[in-house]
Amino acid sequence: MNLFFYLAAAIALISTIMAISGRNAIHSLLFLILSLLAVSVIFYLLNAPFIAALEVIIYAGAIMVLFIFVTMMLNIGTEGSTEKKWLNPRMWIIPSILAAILFTDFILAIKHVPASPSVDQVILPKQVGISLFSTYLLAVEIAAILLMAGVIGAYHLGSQKKKVTHRFLKKN
Amino acid sequence: MLTVPVDIQLLFAGILFLLGLIGLLVRRNMIFMLMSIEIMFNSAGLVFIIASTHWKQPDGQVMFIFILAVTAVEVAIALALILQVYHHFKTLDADSVNKLKDHN
Amino acid sequence: MTTYIALIPAIPLLGFLVLALFGQKLTRKTIGYIGAGSVGIVALLTLIAGIGFLKSLPQVKSYSVVIWEWINAGNLKADISFSLDALSLVFCFVITFVGFLIHVYSIEFMAKDEGFSRFFAYMNLFVGSMLILVLADNILLLYLGWEGVGLCSYLLIGFWYKEPVNGYAARKAFIITRIGDTAMIIGIFILFLSFGTVNINDLMQQASEKWVAGSSIAVITAALLLGGALGKSAQLPLQTWLPDAMAGPSPVSALIHAATMVTAGVYLIARTHILFSLAPIVQTAIAIIGATTLLVAGFSALTQHDLKRILAYSTISQIGYMFLALGVGAWSAAVFHFMIHAFFKALLFLAAGVVILVLSEEHDITKMGGLRKKMPVVFMTFLIGSASLSALPLITAGFYSKDAILWYSISSETGSVLLWIAGITGAFLTALYSFRMIFITFFGEAKTQPAFLPGKMMTIPLIILAVLSVIGGFVELPQSLGEIHLFSNLVDNTLPAVVVKEAGHSEILFQAISAIIVLAGIYLAYIVYLKKPALLESFNHSRLNKFFEKGWGFDKLYDMIFVKPVVWLSEIDKDDIFDWLNIGISRLALLTNRLLGITQNGKLRWYVMSFTIGIVLILTYMVLR
Repeated sequence: MNLFFYLAAAIALISTIMAISGRNAIHSLLFLILSLLAVSVIFYLLNAPFIAALEVIIYAGAIMVLFIFVTMMLNIGTEGSTEKKWLNPRMWIIPSILAAILFTDFILAIKHVPASPSVDQVILPKQVGISLFSTYLLAVEIAAILLMAGVIGAYHLGSQKKKVTHRFLKKN
Repeated sequence: MLTVPVDIQLLFAGILFLLGLIGLLVRRNMIFMLMSIEIMFNSAGLVFIIASTHWKQPDGQVMFIFILAVTAVEVAIALALILQVYHHFKTLDADSVNKLKDHN
Repeated sequence: MTTYIALIPAIPLLGFLVLALFGQKLTRKTIGYIGAGSVGIVALLTLIAGIGFLKSLPQVKSYSVVIWEWINAGNLKADISFSLDALSLVFCFVITFVGFLIHVYSIEFMAKDEGFSRFFAYMNLFVGSMLILVLADNILLLYLGWEGVGLCSYLLIGFWYKEPVNGYAARKAFIITRIGDTAMIIGIFILFLSFGTVNINDLMQQASEKWVAGSSIAVITAALLLGGALGKSAQLPLQTWLPDAMAGPSPVSALIHAATMVTAGVYLIARTHILFSLAPIVQTAIAIIGATTLLVAGFSALTQHDLKRILAYSTISQIGYMFLALGVGAWSAAVFHFMIHAFFKALLFLAAGVVILVLSEEHDITKMGGLRKKMPVVFMTFLIGSASLSALPLITAGFYSKDAILWYSISSETGSVLLWIAGITGAFLTALYSFRMIFITFFGEAKTQPAFLPGKMMTIPLIILAVLSVIGGFVELPQSLGEIHLFSNLVDNTLPAVVVKEAGHSEILFQAISAIIVLAGIYLAYIVYLKKPALLESFNHSRLNKFFEKGWGFDKLYDMIFVKPVVWLSEIDKDDIFDWLNIGISRLALLTNRLLGITQNGKLRWYVMSFTIGIVLILTYMVLR
């Protein structure tokens, strides 16, 4: 079991690195989907099958597809020249340094986490569902409102209004 | 039965987060920046699931579902905004939308 | 009685407050009523108080009333308290009565001006301050009134402030009188330090007891007070501001620079005459300054082209006569000449204002002419005023007052022949320039047509003042012409009588000489300016003419000695440490702005980078703690 974990973790890391350093947008998105699938495997290994399914369905299936649609709509990524121009290796230095510092902080911070107990118990969707609709009911309702706001906002922001100049302002 | 120590699991999630951060800082294309943000969200969710397994409670998974909902909405709105920006500025360069700068 | 005295300065100040606060909202008619009415009420009150005062003579020689306690700090006690005696009664009468006529005149004169309420507010403030000055019981309150009239003079000279020239004239007046004021306040300091009181009567009494005549402290104090008087009364060497002060409206020139403020110096010296009699050198200096000033100003008036500047130099010259009288100890003669001068000089300024207004702001007399037929009333009053100014014998009041001064300049104990010669030359010049003014302005061919005729509110004050310029002299007739001493009897209650030398020069001889000189001056003016102007062609273009016209070069002298060095010094001191501090603060702020502006470059990645750096720093700090 541990082997699967390490394998999935390696795949996730490698495909994420490929995603963020790619030049072609579609390729990067596909690498990202691969990374999400690997993380989903890790979720399954962590005794959360329901979440693994949800990750694939919603994250990789809806959100990434949305990304791909928009990318195709904007018609970018066909020429990799602009990306190459914008992405010279010198730019990676400082972010890498910052990330390294954060990493060391992180390591120092998680030294005090206690070891996991030995009992292995799968958390079933039923449990999650009961917890959702009893303890976290209010949050569910708010999430629903948020989704509705998101729908309306996205519709409104996405509409293209044609610019109409009044006939008095036209130049003829 | 997974016996990978919790530290390693958390470290893995941390590395994913940092990769997303590096991607956000380095890339200029707005689509890529959004993608990096997605990576960061995902790694945060991963931390929640690790915690849920560690403490044997469903609350982490519930939190992850909420994160999923929020991420979905955020992506939708962000992409709509990127569309508007693209139609206005005809480019996806994040450095070119700097009209709010200090014009001294 | 004492309530009248308290009300006299208060009512114009109340009028000022009302007009200053509500002037914008009132109608012109109301403003005129309030402005002129307040001075009219005070004139009435002065009359009533005067009658009461005259009735109570000779038992009660002065009335005092304390309004409230002003300063009470250690040794210094000064109250707002007024006292009325013969001297201040005469001054009050002139200020309020002539002031009332001028206010009525101004209602019509300033009718089309947009600063109507502001004008009357300032004028009321001026009348109030001047009344405080003459009624003040202690010298600190007198100085308050002194400063008040200086302020109002500045405000009123620069009344039409939109024209920069007027502002410069007002500034010049204020600065030059300030020099005199500084000398005066130092004199006041010395008086207070020596005697510990500021009450004028106490000061004078203690001075006469404790100071020796001719001692250096008396001389210094008297000289300092004289400096103040010289500034306000525009005598040498501080006389350069008065001709430029003609930039103000004509009623202002009439009230402030003819009848009242410029005579404040005369009042001061008369009020503190004991101090001056303790310093005979200073008194002689007053006489010499008076004599010199009247000659200098007389010559200058002869060559001016601006109607009001002629009158301004004439005022300087006539105040020189008053100073001459003060210098020889002829106190009542000086005050008498002050009163008569107020009448005819106010008349001349008001009439000149009518002429200028009617000719659409034409000030140059060479562009006037032939107004005799167009404006007969104005011509008659102007003629009477000029006759009084020239001291036309027997029929004008000016003759009696000026003649008294001329007589005392030679017959007084401290008088001399030289002073008399200066005075008589001055009389000749006065006749010459005043009739020059009349002949050029009113006779000959009309070069500018009058646009309209003046109304009643402007002509009636002129007529009243003209009548006074004639009959005003009859209250004081000299020995040889039917002896009436109404005026000097009144004033001698406060001021000492003049001490006359024994060696009897015959008074009537000198009167005859002065009469002949005056008539000769008028005749010469007639010939030279009316009949044969060609006689003066060469003089008119000579350098001497230019020299006289520019006021004997005093302006140029002061410019060279004082103005240019100060301006040069401030030019080279433009960038000293204090300027650098001020500029440095603003430069620092701008620099910080520019530096911080660099961080706001609108780029998203830059902002994200700054978040990240912040997070790194905070987390590192928290982990390492």
